[in-house]
Amino acid sequence: MSITRERPLSPHLQIYRPQLTSVLSVFHRLTGIFLSISCVGLSLWLISMALGEEAYAEFMKAVGGWGGWVFVTLLIFCVYYHLFNGIRHLFWDWGLGFSLRSVYASGWAVVALALGFSLLTVTLTF
Amino acid sequence: MAQFRLPKDSRVTSGQRHNDETGMQQPLVLEIYRWNPDDRDAPRVDQYTIDRATCGPMLLDALIKIKNEIDSTLTFRRSCREGICGSCAMNINGSNTLACTQALEELKPPVKIFPLPHMPVIKDLVPDLTHFFNQYASVEPWLKAPDTESDSERLQSPDEREALDGLYECILCACCSTSCPSYWWNPDQYLGPANLLQAYRWIADSRDQATRQRLNQLNDSFALYRCHTIMNCTNACPKGLNPGKAIGTIKSLIARGKS
Repeated sequence: MSITRERPLSPHLQIYRPQLTSVLSVFHRLTGIFLSISCVGLSLWLISMALGEEAYAEFMKAVGGWGGWVFVTLLIFCVYYHLFNGIRHLFWDWGLGFSLRSVYASGWAVVALALGFSLLTVTLTF
Repeated sequence: MAQFRLPKDSRVTSGQRHNDETGMQQPLVLEIYRWNPDDRDAPRVDQYTIDRATCGPMLLDALIKIKNEIDSTLTFRRSCREGICGSCAMNINGSNTLACTQALEELKPPVKIFPLPHMPVIKDLVPDLTHFFNQYASVEPWLKAPDTESDSERLQSPDEREALDGLYECILCACCSTSCPSYWWNPDQYLGPANLLQAYRWIADSRDQATRQRLNQLNDSFALYRCHTIMNCTNACPKGLNPGKAIGTIKSLIARGKS
């Protein structure tokens, strides 16, 4: 019973409706983090290649199989998504595409392009 | 590091049901955030049912009806009831808008009502906007120009005047700033969309002569560049303005060396 009682913080993430704007932004962050971490894997792959045939075969055995396929597919999608959304950000930096209509159109375009290119890459590679 | 969860004392518990739909023609259930500084209870969500057949068309009408007829302790800000004062800004069914311009017809029941997100709560739907308005003061929102000779008017061409359209209409309701995740995580240093739009309103004003100084002041990795073009702000603005675009324009002015 005191007026000095600490004020609560009103709910935020818990109640705010996810919308294309915020969801795509979060995905840009997540794909960025995933790509950064994947650089470690990429480096190991290159190192194994430099170490010679045996090491390379060892590496491919370790990452091969179902888990490796999922990882690479995910990686391909992340590359395309981050790339296309990055281009979207470049337009914004240019001062273009800020109307709500453009934001939604370019957002859906990024999603469609990332999915399309991923599918194409996966079917052509595997 | 951003704190994604609510502090322990801020977590919302389930509340009470105040009435049922007995005898109502068009019952509508509303779930409303409640917190009272004078008791020891945690924040809770209470349930009210109103009859739309005897209620005005807007959400604010429903809130006033609840306060008049069901629970006089329900606390919220309101004044103009026509979307010009910005008092009744709140989170309605997951996005921020003004209760007075939100038609009940467009809302999916049960209608969930919370105070503006990530703000200290004074009581129920009333957030503490002190910090928000201190930040507004920090952008020095007034015309900076030397006195004119012989007390004459400061002339503007129609084009120069038009440059202020979409900026001067901002009513500082804080819907945009409190919809912005960046503002949630860095409210201390990041100015947020509303106050950056206000800052740009003076940068864009042909009569103002402090553009360089204003841009210099904004050229800060936190005050301005916590904006990651999420665009929740523009999605939320009940006046149809575009704070995201205003911020983008400030960034590009600075990048082009106008500061």
